[in-house]
Amino acid sequence: MTTSLIIPPAVILIAAGLAIPFLRGALRTTLLLAAPIIALLLIWQIPDGVQLSTSWLGYELQIVRGDKLARLFATVFAIMAFGGGLFSLNQSNSLELGAAYVYAGGALGVTFAGDLISVFVFWEVMAVASTFVVWSGGRAANGAGLRYAAIHMLGGVLLMAGITAEILSTGSAAFQVMDTSTPARWLILAGFLINAGAPPLSAWLPDAYPAASWSGTVFLSAFTTKTAVYVLMRGFPGAEILIFVGLYMVFYGIVYAILENDMRRILAYSIVNQVGFMVTGIGIGSEMALNGAAAHAFTHIIYKALLLMSAGSVLLMTGRSKCTDLGGLFRTMPFTMVMGVIGALAISAFPLTSGFISKSMISQGAADAHLAIVWFLLAAASAGVFLHAGIKFPWFVFFQKDSGLRPPEPPWNMRAGMLLMAAFCIGLGVAPGPLYEILPYPVDYVPYTASHVVFQLQLLLFSGLAFFVMLGMLKRTRTITLDFDWLYRRPGKWIMLRLNQFSEKFWDGLTGGVSETFSSLDASLRRYHGPKGVFGRTWPTGQMAFWTTVMLGTYVLLGLIWM
Amino acid sequence: METQKKADADDDHWLVRASTIRALWIGSSITLAILVLLDLFIEHHPHFGIDGTFGFGAWYGFVACAVLVLFAKGLGFFLKRPDTYYDD
Repeated sequence: MTTSLIIPPAVILIAAGLAIPFLRGALRTTLLLAAPIIALLLIWQIPDGVQLSTSWLGYELQIVRGDKLARLFATVFAIMAFGGGLFSLNQSNSLELGAAYVYAGGALGVTFAGDLISVFVFWEVMAVASTFVVWSGGRAANGAGLRYAAIHMLGGVLLMAGITAEILSTGSAAFQVMDTSTPARWLILAGFLINAGAPPLSAWLPDAYPAASWSGTVFLSAFTTKTAVYVLMRGFPGAEILIFVGLYMVFYGIVYAILENDMRRILAYSIVNQVGFMVTGIGIGSEMALNGAAAHAFTHIIYKALLLMSAGSVLLMTGRSKCTDLGGLFRTMPFTMVMGVIGALAISAFPLTSGFISKSMISQGAADAHLAIVWFLLAAASAGVFLHAGIKFPWFVFFQKDSGLRPPEPPWNMRAGMLLMAAFCIGLGVAPGPLYEILPYPVDYVPYTASHVVFQLQLLLFSGLAFFVMLGMLKRTRTITLDFDWLYRRPGKWIMLRLNQFSEKFWDGLTGGVSETFSSLDASLRRYHGPKGVFGRTWPTGQMAFWTTVMLGTYVLLGLIWM
Repeated sequence: METQKKADADDDHWLVRASTIRALWIGSSITLAILVLLDLFIEHHPHFGIDGTFGFGAWYGFVACAVLVLFAKGLGFFLKRPDTYYDD
């Protein structure tokens, strides 16, 4: 067999991302659009099995390992990079776009990584690049970006510790299915879950994503959480704890989104909600549920991008993102409104949209496994999705009251980006075959039965009725809702400030008290090493020799202590 | 902006006229009724029993949303703060 040249798709996007900040005009546009297409072509050249590996410190690094699951996620990541790039062609901040492409490349790297060390390296590439995407949101994003970086550093440390312990105990760095029997694996699981937006640290997501620019949030919505879904699916399918974590996320997202006023924060909470469906599916762990989680990740990336593109267009054209400031935009932004509504229908899993053919497989997985409570909670959550995202977002942004705003539609490229994502939402909903074809397991599922369609329509339309009946209770107020991040933004901050003051005082006292000792030491050093000192005469060689001797002596001493 | 608002109120978009909104409510109510009545003709395959009751999707969806909104309201009572809370 001839070995063909395998180029990791990650390399294409990362290289493009590094080049983009230095390019302008047609060249930048060409690269933004061409790089994801080239990456997509490469993705489908990768056959099953390890294609590219190297060895590092005695461990085999599988940089490119192909299989159906990896190609599925990589495909939607590449589609997302293309759609996001198209939507962002008019973004003047090239640094943000460059960071976004490196970030997307990191996601492709994780997807094809066959060992834990490569996973970690690309994981951190994503963390760093995505932080720059957040920071590109301007001065107001500084704090949110720092908090985002801090949480992801914490996640990275947990993951690193877990991976190190796992490799030490098993002797292998291979990334395979793990049970949750050792502390090392708990650490890895915790590291993965932090990126998925799992409790108790979910707040990093609605804190940081809406702080990014109108285009930055579109990229952010796709990669970090869905890469986490991917590694959970690869590492911990059927881990029961994920059912509980997932259900918590599902309802956390709904409840916080109901209370939220900022349109992009509503959609950010809704990411946690949707990832919760996937995490629940992974916890159920049957082929049906895993297929459902994978399919749902695929469709979710696209309709969530569409929703955030619609919201991003409103933000760019009006400069506002709070429901209390918006309303009535359907008059002058009908195209953006229709695109937002298509995204809203898809996230709500309306028949003939992509959400319908993916989310229902997770519920089917729960039913097949006779998990009654899980099934009923997922059904209630499906109703809640329509309530918090499906109606709430379009209603408060494009309808409700007349805000008096009359913004024009966004530029052509932004409309084209939305149109592309909307086409996928409808296309996959009408003809799910091609998606089912590339799922990790063979699909034995028919979404369109009369019973299922009627049930889903009843569930959703009566949720809609509940929305309008309870509209008075859903009236937007200029408020935020406290979350666990309060702990590190308020008491945590207070403690840090006090510690700082204490350490300053402590240091002052220390240096004050010891300064006499230091000054006498200083005097003796000067005597021997000063310009006229014994060791100073042959300066600089003499000093160098002296310190080398001191260092050697220290090494010998330390060596003796530990021998 | 105020003058523009006034001008629009006289000749506003057809979608926000009172007559259109009334028609939308009537149309939606009929749709909802038909949707529930369809349960008379469709054979459901309930997994757990209660999900086979008449109009299950309808009442379950409505009740689920009502509970979620009420729960959110209750939580908001304790956790809501002005959106300038963290600004300093």
